[in-house]
Amino acid sequence: MANYSIFALARNALQRHQRWPQAWRSPQPRPSYDAVIVGGGGHGLATAYYLAKVHGMRDIAVLEKGWIGGGNTGRNTTIVRSNYLYPESAAIYDHALKLWEGLSQELNFNVMFSPRGVINLAHDPGEERELRRRIYANQLAGVDAEWVGPSQLAELCPILNLDQNIRYPVVGGTLQRRAGVARHDAVAWGYARGADSLGVDIIQNCEVTGFDIQDGRIEGVKTSLGDIRTAKVGVVAAGHSSVLAAMAGIRLPLDSHPLQALVSEPVKPVMPTVIMSNKVHAYMSQSDKGELVIGAGIDPYNSYAQRGSMPVIEETIRAVVELFPITSRLKMMRQWAGIVDICPDASPIISATPVDGLYFNCGWGTGGFKATPGSGHLFAHTLAKGEAHPINAPFALERFYSGALVAEHGAAAVAH
Amino acid sequence: MSPQTHRLDTGGRIERSETLSFRFDGQTMQGHPGDTLASALLANGVRLVGRSFKYHRPRGLMAAGGGEPNGLVRLRTGGRAEPNVRATDVLLYDGLVAESQNRWPSLNFDLGALNDRLSPLFPAGFYYKTFMWPASMWPTYEAVIRRMAGLGRAAAEADPDRYEKQYAHCDVLVVGGGPAGLAAALWAGRTGARVLLVDEGAEFGGALLGNGQTIDGAPGMDWVAAIVKNLNKAENIRLLPRTTVTSYHDHNALTMLERVADHLAAPEPDQPRQRLWQVRAKQVILATGALERPLVLANNDRPGVMLAGSVQTYINRYGVRPGQRAVVFTNNDSAYRAALDLSKAGIKIAALVDLRQTAPLGWLPDLDDAGIEVMVDRAVTAVEGRQSVTSVRIGKLNDAGTEVIGGLGRHVDCDLLCFSGGWTPSLHLLSQSGTRLLWDEGLGCFLPGPATQAVRVVGTAGGDCSLQDCLTLGAEAGNQAANDAGHRRRGRGPRKPVAGEEPTLSPPRPLWSIPGKGKAFVDFQSDVTAADLRLAAREGYRSIEHVKRYTTTGMGTDQGRTSNINALGIVAEALDVAIPEVGHTTFRPPFSPVTFGALAGRRIGTLLDPVRRTPMHSWHQANGAAFELVGQWHRPYYYPRPGEDMDRAVDREVLAARSSLAIMDATTLGKIDIRGADAAEFLNRVYVNGWKGLKVGGCRYGLMLGEDGMVFDDGVTARLDEDHFHMTTTTGGAAHVLDWLESWSQTEWPELQLYCTSATEQWAVAAVCGPNARRLMADLCPDWDLSPEAFPHMSWQDGEVAGLSARVFRIGFTGELSFEINVPAGHGPALWHALMTAGEKYAITPFGTEAMHVLRAEVGFIMVGQETDGTVTPHDLGLGRMVSSKKDFLGKRSLSRSDTMRQDRPQLVGLLPEDPQLRVPEGAQLIAGADPAPPQRGQGHVTSSYRSPNLGRTFALGLLQGGHERHGETIHIAFDGSAVPAAVTAPRFLDPGEAAK
Amino acid sequence: MLQLDCPWCGSRSEEEFSCGGEGHIVRPTKSEDMDDAAWGDYVFMRSNQKGVFFERWRHALGCGRWFNVARSTISHDILAVYRVGDAKPELPE
Repeated sequence: MANYSIFALARNALQRHQRWPQAWRSPQPRPSYDAVIVGGGGHGLATAYYLAKVHGMRDIAVLEKGWIGGGNTGRNTTIVRSNYLYPESAAIYDHALKLWEGLSQELNFNVMFSPRGVINLAHDPGEERELRRRIYANQLAGVDAEWVGPSQLAELCPILNLDQNIRYPVVGGTLQRRAGVARHDAVAWGYARGADSLGVDIIQNCEVTGFDIQDGRIEGVKTSLGDIRTAKVGVVAAGHSSVLAAMAGIRLPLDSHPLQALVSEPVKPVMPTVIMSNKVHAYMSQSDKGELVIGAGIDPYNSYAQRGSMPVIEETIRAVVELFPITSRLKMMRQWAGIVDICPDASPIISATPVDGLYFNCGWGTGGFKATPGSGHLFAHTLAKGEAHPINAPFALERFYSGALVAEHGAAAVAH
Repeated sequence: MSPQTHRLDTGGRIERSETLSFRFDGQTMQGHPGDTLASALLANGVRLVGRSFKYHRPRGLMAAGGGEPNGLVRLRTGGRAEPNVRATDVLLYDGLVAESQNRWPSLNFDLGALNDRLSPLFPAGFYYKTFMWPASMWPTYEAVIRRMAGLGRAAAEADPDRYEKQYAHCDVLVVGGGPAGLAAALWAGRTGARVLLVDEGAEFGGALLGNGQTIDGAPGMDWVAAIVKNLNKAENIRLLPRTTVTSYHDHNALTMLERVADHLAAPEPDQPRQRLWQVRAKQVILATGALERPLVLANNDRPGVMLAGSVQTYINRYGVRPGQRAVVFTNNDSAYRAALDLSKAGIKIAALVDLRQTAPLGWLPDLDDAGIEVMVDRAVTAVEGRQSVTSVRIGKLNDAGTEVIGGLGRHVDCDLLCFSGGWTPSLHLLSQSGTRLLWDEGLGCFLPGPATQAVRVVGTAGGDCSLQDCLTLGAEAGNQAANDAGHRRRGRGPRKPVAGEEPTLSPPRPLWSIPGKGKAFVDFQSDVTAADLRLAAREGYRSIEHVKRYTTTGMGTDQGRTSNINALGIVAEALDVAIPEVGHTTFRPPFSPVTFGALAGRRIGTLLDPVRRTPMHSWHQANGAAFELVGQWHRPYYYPRPGEDMDRAVDREVLAARSSLAIMDATTLGKIDIRGADAAEFLNRVYVNGWKGLKVGGCRYGLMLGEDGMVFDDGVTARLDEDHFHMTTTTGGAAHVLDWLESWSQTEWPELQLYCTSATEQWAVAAVCGPNARRLMADLCPDWDLSPEAFPHMSWQDGEVAGLSARVFRIGFTGELSFEINVPAGHGPALWHALMTAGEKYAITPFGTEAMHVLRAEVGFIMVGQETDGTVTPHDLGLGRMVSSKKDFLGKRSLSRSDTMRQDRPQLVGLLPEDPQLRVPEGAQLIAGADPAPPQRGQGHVTSSYRSPNLGRTFALGLLQGGHERHGETIHIAFDGSAVPAAVTAPRFLDPGEAAK
Repeated sequence: MLQLDCPWCGSRSEEEFSCGGEGHIVRPTKSEDMDDAAWGDYVFMRSNQKGVFFERWRHALGCGRWFNVARSTISHDILAVYRVGDAKPELPE
């Protein structure tokens, strides 16, 4: 793998950038692999990368039905944080956050992880109680969390409306300083380039159409580019998890919904941090390009269409203009939707299945991006060892039968 | 003040008799009504209007309409300042103020232009390859990148204008008021169908506004004027100028933005600035026209390089001559007409350069007459000049068009290069509707595939090339759409217009980039060059979406309107595949950026969300209550007296309730009226406890679970009659509970005879409690037998209270003797006044939600949403004895799952901090040891925490693992790095005693 | 934005309705005889169909009635609207 650096840029500039190598190859699938990852999003590519890097497996294919990073990896609002309520969740998201902190260097690809802090606002005593509970739980779990009052909020984000006479005045909020945003596409590309250099075949435009299951064991996958034999399959296909599970005769506790997001036109920096409000439902940050990146809600109906309805956008913009009055004359430049797997307890599933050798990583709902490195790292462990890592053990499918749910509706940030 | 040096003496659709004054970058200039900011700037000879996004290259206006990538300005000042406004969209008004963007210190001398010199270091995606070492420096690098990026500056103040929303239905929505759209609207309207015709511009006419074509032997705009007059007269047709359809949603729902007052300095007092329309159309006709593409050649971004059709528009519509001496460079026929118009306006055409082997013969006689030299099989190989074009080179390419052969060629002086790279039908809306676009090799553009919604595309948007086709097919589409919407024309249709003769079309030559030295821009606004696209392809970014994201092509405010097809062509060539194989990027809505204020509409500020107030609200206000927001309700929180803080006020209220008499407004509790023969059976199924044995006149406390076995609501329900119940719910849960009941009664158990009605707002409720409560009631209800035997705890009676018809419940939430008096909502204030007056002798004390919380916690009553969070079972709350074993109910089976049966689940306990003055924060964590150092697993958390004046100390409730068996233990409460010891007790600190009974 | 045809009130915009998710899930009558797996399947597992999806909607801001809809989760086309208690309609392929 050619190293990326300022020196490499200077050297290549002299060659008029004609000699940069491919970031990853575009190979044809081979007839068999030791492991097949279904889904070339950030989580899937990270899984392949860590399988190769940490567990020494090299004979791996990542199958992507479209283009890598084209699902929710490229459609989210890029927020990275780990301030979840339950220790099980804090552990999994903080595992990811620690990997984020060194990811650009690990991958030699600048994923622009920017720990500019994430603030969750409280608008009434009930919300304050819930948020403080989360702070105290995070403190105990070793996740940084602090309460910030209105005067600190004014310093952290001068454009925030702190007028106490508005409909839902801000009473304060939580701040996780280590949290922030990252460049979403770069995460997929960085992992793809890293995995490819370790020998992983990344195969795009290759749709999985079925599984070959014999005596309860996975034997291979059927794809639009032919059959591939393998004894280990990890499915990481957010949005389409239920569809793939059905091919293996498995039902999942998921509903697929559009989650909408939008950006404004680029403007000079006005938003130094990330602010989220559950009460009025908005969250906003500013990209390095200058666009205000705004997360809207999920549409109430099941859909695989990657588009949602207008009222969801209008609701969100109302909240944004209310919280940040200077945005009123800015303009929405682009809106889009991703398809998210909503899980009943707003927590993910990283799990073995009744089919031997077939594993699922899904149900990340509205908040999967932040977990990308951790999810891949833990799923790789689960695939390689055939059993869950202690951090992802609580997130098995079994919990929907035993009742040991990890209820994170409050911390998951998008009301659903 | 500079004169309008570039204004023509005659012609155009501007009002020369009136002069408007405006300022650009501090300089005062003049224009006329009918001008856009762009045309006025050009009339004043302004070349340089902005700096580019990445390289800060000098940029001038390139287009006359929505395709303009460079001319973005910051318009207006103060709270009305708006960044990134296309100068071509801004109608000139007197006093307009605009400034250029993305430059420092000034437009002419911009330090950021250093980037252009360093550009070899900044190829596409350079930032992914550097700024990684040392890792700690990234925030510093990032801060610099962020300052460099961005375009304009946002306003620093709130927006003084308001925005409206409008919802409309129509039979036929016609998008675009050019010749095809006008014909469609006219023919659709003749059937009687309700027609909405919208156009982005202030004037209808579309391409006819700028290109001087004729209809019925007269200028095309004469026909437009007649049709518009005709349409305006028809009652079933509505014309909406200055309105952009921004997105096309499911089921033929479209969103449009009407710029009501943007052409004025400020809206009139009764005007919104903009209006957001949501239209549901039975049929849609897209007559959205086509946009001219630039040619991709070196330094094609120099000020003075403009689209040929746009220059034509500046001349014909605005009477502006953007230059004196022009070279016209084209790969298609349309520039021939433009060249003639330029020439007519007095611009010297130094050469017309055509990439094709042969010129379209039909045009040659006219060009000959005008003395225009046509150079076929030639290309502009270089553009010279920096802040403005000074000359070009015209040379020859090899057959493939990949190399210049025989040197750069002839040097030609000019101050204007007009180019045309062909036309791209505007199919953004069609694509948003879900319809696929199909590549047409002959025309070199995408055309509509089979429609997936009720939509038709006509005119140049649909690939119709001649004006006659636009008129004829537009009329047909209008008629058919109206037919499909159920309307048929009676009698003859309108007269069919005849377009002026046009020479036969020759096919264009798609040459996606012209070889040459220097940056050849594809996406001008995002500063993406052909080399950037090729680099991306070389590096393995093969999907067009990858190329877009890696290079940012097509991601500017114009979303690549003019650049997408060129980018596609270049990428296809680089990958050596056909264009359809590359596919196009998704057209994400909106078509044009939409103001946040318009999306928000009126429902911000005080209208953000309805406020719910009880009938007694004004009394609470007059008596100094502080309010708590509970859902949409404003509830009295506490009533501080002068000099009291919250703690002292709450103490006083709590003491009054336990010692004499207190009163609370309990109106906000949810109330659901349930009636029907099977009502009792229904309650049996939705509550954990049994209801069939409840006698008429009695009340019972119930717990409601989800199917997951977790408590989600509680409340007291009274049996009013054999088939009639009055259910109360939590304040915040009322709507959800009603939905829940409706869902089960309508869909799962439709055989049960009952119906549910929300009665929350029908009743005003005053809860009086305390040792003197019965005496107070006796004073007000002389006829009632209020003895505990006649009116026991957990019963209700109807009667008169203070002369008001009332229903009184002997229930309460404080552990004191209580009466909850319900009267019709309108009588609430009268009841309240009567109670306050009669209660004076008992020093009746109003109390708010905080005192209520203390009182209920002292006696161990739970608050749903505080002691519960969706993970708590009845058993966890110590209410397992309520759970019926005799019947099934919602959630029952979940209570016997392995995890819900665990003995070490978090269970409700009382907590007494060792320091009796310390009120621990709610949410604090329970830990076994005294050391709160992370990481460690907590054992539970504090759910409620108060000071009790009755106990003379603080106390708390919490959920503690295995808590039922741990009374008497000492645990620690951890928060903010400290841990304080506390005794675990039963979750009850005071005994309600006999008085309450 | 969807347009739904309420069986009682007629054609109305999505904003008047609330969506109740997958339809035709029948609550078990003998839940005490079910094992944890079968019960968990009823409570949590969903078909989440891609393509034709049978779902429940309520005309929340209108008549308040629940009804069933067959809708494509790919195109969002409404294929059928029918009352609670009616069998799943036969749909053309």
